Amino acid sequence: MSRYKTRMETPSQSRRSGAVEKRRGLISVVRAYFYNHRKNAAESFHRMRGEPLQSVMTMLVVAIALALPSMLYVGVSSLQQLSGSWDSSAQMTLFLKKGAKDKAIEGLIKELESNDELAEIHYISPSEALDALQGSAGFGEALTHLDDNPLPPVLLVVPTAAIEADVPRVEQLVKTLTQQPLVEEVQLDMKWLQRMQQILDIGRQITVLLGGALSLGVLLVVGNTIRLAIENRREEILVVKLVGGTNGFVRRPFLYTGLWYGMFGGLIAWLGVMVAQFWLGATVTRLAALYQSDFALKNIGLDGMLLIIVLGGILGLVGAALAVGRHIAQLEP
Amino acid sequence: MIEFENVSKRYPDGHEALSQVSFVLDAGEMAFLTGHSGAGKSTLLKLIMLMERPSGGQLRVNGKNLNRLHKSQIPYYRRRVGVVFQNHQLLFDRTVFDNVALPLQVSGAQHRDIERRVRAALDKVGLLSKEKLNPVQLSGGEQQRIGIARAVVHTPRILLADEPTGNLDPELSAEIMTLFEDFRNVGVCVLVATHDVALISSMGERVLTLDHGRLSEAGALVTL
Repeated sequence: MSRYKTRMETPSQSRRSGAVEKRRGLISVVRAYFYNHRKNAAESFHRMRGEPLQSVMTMLVVAIALALPSMLYVGVSSLQQLSGSWDSSAQMTLFLKKGAKDKAIEGLIKELESNDELAEIHYISPSEALDALQGSAGFGEALTHLDDNPLPPVLLVVPTAAIEADVPRVEQLVKTLTQQPLVEEVQLDMKWLQRMQQILDIGRQITVLLGGALSLGVLLVVGNTIRLAIENRREEILVVKLVGGTNGFVRRPFLYTGLWYGMFGGLIAWLGVMVAQFWLGATVTRLAALYQSDFALKNIGLDGMLLIIVLGGILGLVGAALAVGRHIAQLEP
Repeated sequence: MIEFENVSKRYPDGHEALSQVSFVLDAGEMAFLTGHSGAGKSTLLKLIMLMERPSGGQLRVNGKNLNRLHKSQIPYYRRRVGVVFQNHQLLFDRTVFDNVALPLQVSGAQHRDIERRVRAALDKVGLLSKEKLNPVQLSGGEQQRIGIARAVVHTPRILLADEPTGNLDPELSAEIMTLFEDFRNVGVCVLVATHDVALISSMGERVLTLDHGRLSEAGALVTL
């Protein structure tokens, strides 16, 4: 075995190279640090591929937990978009008495134009309204069978911006307008809008609540998977600690595993939301078309993908950190 | 290099594994640690590895008092010590190369450095051709030599071995002892725990004998 002697370094040689190492300084330390991180990231990934069933199941659980609030969020923000498309939330519809004379209506319009609480007045005559309705889906046929036009003349009225936000003043305005002899009924679109806003608020709260609860679920699932992984690699951890591995070094691969679970879970969740959108989207658009709306589900898009992956990654990392922090410090050779 | 000064170790269950042990082992010195099983050989090695703390006395390594070493400093301390375990403690989920590279990886060595040093260490134990194999594919003697390569790959100042020839035939044992002597000759402080009396006597090195936790130095057992 003596022929192997020559190439082994002696301690004095290593001491010399130790001094050189110091001179090489920070850059090489940082480089070695990043090399170690890259290696850990890759190894954690390969290790997951080595146990595909376990890994995929964990990722799927993470994905489901992330996909549910994401879908809810998409739904709520789609509806939000819809309610936002009302240019003016305080628009009022004044249904006038049927058979009101054109002259009288003109007089009313003049009077309303002088009212400085109103910003816009738009008149829709019964025949215009009928034309519009005939263009609408499903009604055209039926309307041709009517002897005379059943529709009342309508005034669309928008209050000034100053009043719009002031609910009591809008209500006062509604009262005044109702008292006009020519006005049959005043409908405040805002009422409906307020109701929808409240429903959307509830939807948003449910999203946050569900998101919070399921995020906690992700933490626990990833944490538990990592805890099992630590148990499985007990021997290895002990050996690594015996040859001088710090707790940080031992922790790193597990943190990367958590990160991967979270990020891949996020990716699968995004795919799931996309599929659901694609599947539901066509139906929703068809339904909206029946109501003359161009409403469509908001696309979760690339921003959504990034967000959901980053969020998943953070949750996976935190879940792993919780498990690792508790178990690795306890494992001492 | 290694200084024991009245070191005692009492386990929580009351068993006193070591009592009032004192000896000094210098750099470039090699000694066998022997004694009946349960005499405290493993405990003594564990104290040097900081797997256990002494319950009394002073233990200095490299001039540093280990009693005062903080827990967070232990990994950095262990990087200057090499250990060969009786059951080799190899990891069977990676190649021979990666097993040997472990002490360098934990200390954040550069990739190029790691390759060079691992090959040198494997060459030294005569297993360079097996670097890509899994340790499972190797014989007991080969596994033990991989364990030695791992213990010396980071050129430690101190080399500890716990029954390194436990399951090996005399010829292999002698080969491994020759390896240890090579390290001693380049200035490493080598301490080998073993109960292989035949082997010890053939080597003519210093012998530390433990008996129920008490140390007696018999000197070289050349005559046995």
